[in-house]
Amino acid sequence: MTGITISAVRTRTSILDKSLSKGKGEVSLSCFALLFSELVQYCQNRVYTVPELQNKLAEIGTEVGHKITDLLVVREKGGKLWKSLFGREADKLEHANDDERTYYIIEKEALVNKFISVPKDKGSLNCASFIAGIVEAILCDCGFQAKVTAHWHKGTTYMVKFDDAVVARDKQLEDR
Amino acid sequence: MSRAGTKLDSKKVNSELFTLTYGALVAQLLKDYENVEDVNKQLERMGYNMGIRLIEDFLARTGSGRCYDFRDTAEKIQTGFKIFLGITPTITNWSAAGDEFSLCFEANPLTEFVELPDHCLNLKYCNVLIGVLRGACEMVQMEIACWFVQDQLKNDNVTELRIKFIKRLEDAIPAGED
Repeated sequence: MTGITISAVRTRTSILDKSLSKGKGEVSLSCFALLFSELVQYCQNRVYTVPELQNKLAEIGTEVGHKITDLLVVREKGGKLWKSLFGREADKLEHANDDERTYYIIEKEALVNKFISVPKDKGSLNCASFIAGIVEAILCDCGFQAKVTAHWHKGTTYMVKFDDAVVARDKQLEDR
Repeated sequence: MSRAGTKLDSKKVNSELFTLTYGALVAQLLKDYENVEDVNKQLERMGYNMGIRLIEDFLARTGSGRCYDFRDTAEKIQTGFKIFLGITPTITNWSAAGDEFSLCFEANPLTEFVELPDHCLNLKYCNVLIGVLRGACEMVQMEIACWFVQDQLKNDNVTELRIKFIKRLEDAIPAGED
């Protein structure tokens, strides 16, 4: 039984007509881990070296980060990004002694590294580059230009290096 | 890691992180492949890889045994969606022979925030699910076929996934395990 077609185009309900979810939904960790594993394998097949792989992951993470900024802005929700995103707070935040631009976020066991065993020939690979990409995108979108990289140190350490301009601006604000 | 980390509940992640990661993956595939059909295929393949491992997690968590019939299977697949994606699709439209049914999704964490641009109308955005089901069932000696009948991203009211039983994979039973 088919109706009479009057127009060739059906009116589309735009995604903007729908209300935004509260963002409290959850999926199982194994699901995410396996999806991430597919992502890593896919990227790996398209690059030659470990740094290239990390860059690729960071690049894709950046895409995710931009979208998360959008969500944060639309929801006008400040507060604890790390906790809402990764289910718990980062283990430690440190400020580099010798460089005021540099901060370290330390996680003993990064979410994405939980089920990843790094092959011997790729010792330096840290798939948390993906997370670093997310964090970098969010910081940059919010006006804190920075470079974020992931390293193996006390688990996973994200090195957040702010631009000089950001630090200078911060100082100006403090002086006022 | 804290003790709380071993609780079942904490084995969850924010669904938006999952949604956006999947979205970024699909976007990357669209960039890398010229042909949308190839993207569909690649998504299915990735889903298959996930499915053959997810089934282990499913069996470990539910402790469920063999299915008595395909209706049994349908319910288990439904439970699987609940466990892994936190959604409960409805089981409907059984064929008379009982070898084919539909799963209808009202909401789906994969497609949140998604709108298909016009040049991607052939994209089966959720094709990963098809791969997951095929992989998972294959690991329990069942060959199935599945495909999308309706898709909310293409402006249908629901997303309908059709699943058909093909055959039991007798040969796949490892020697000495009968």
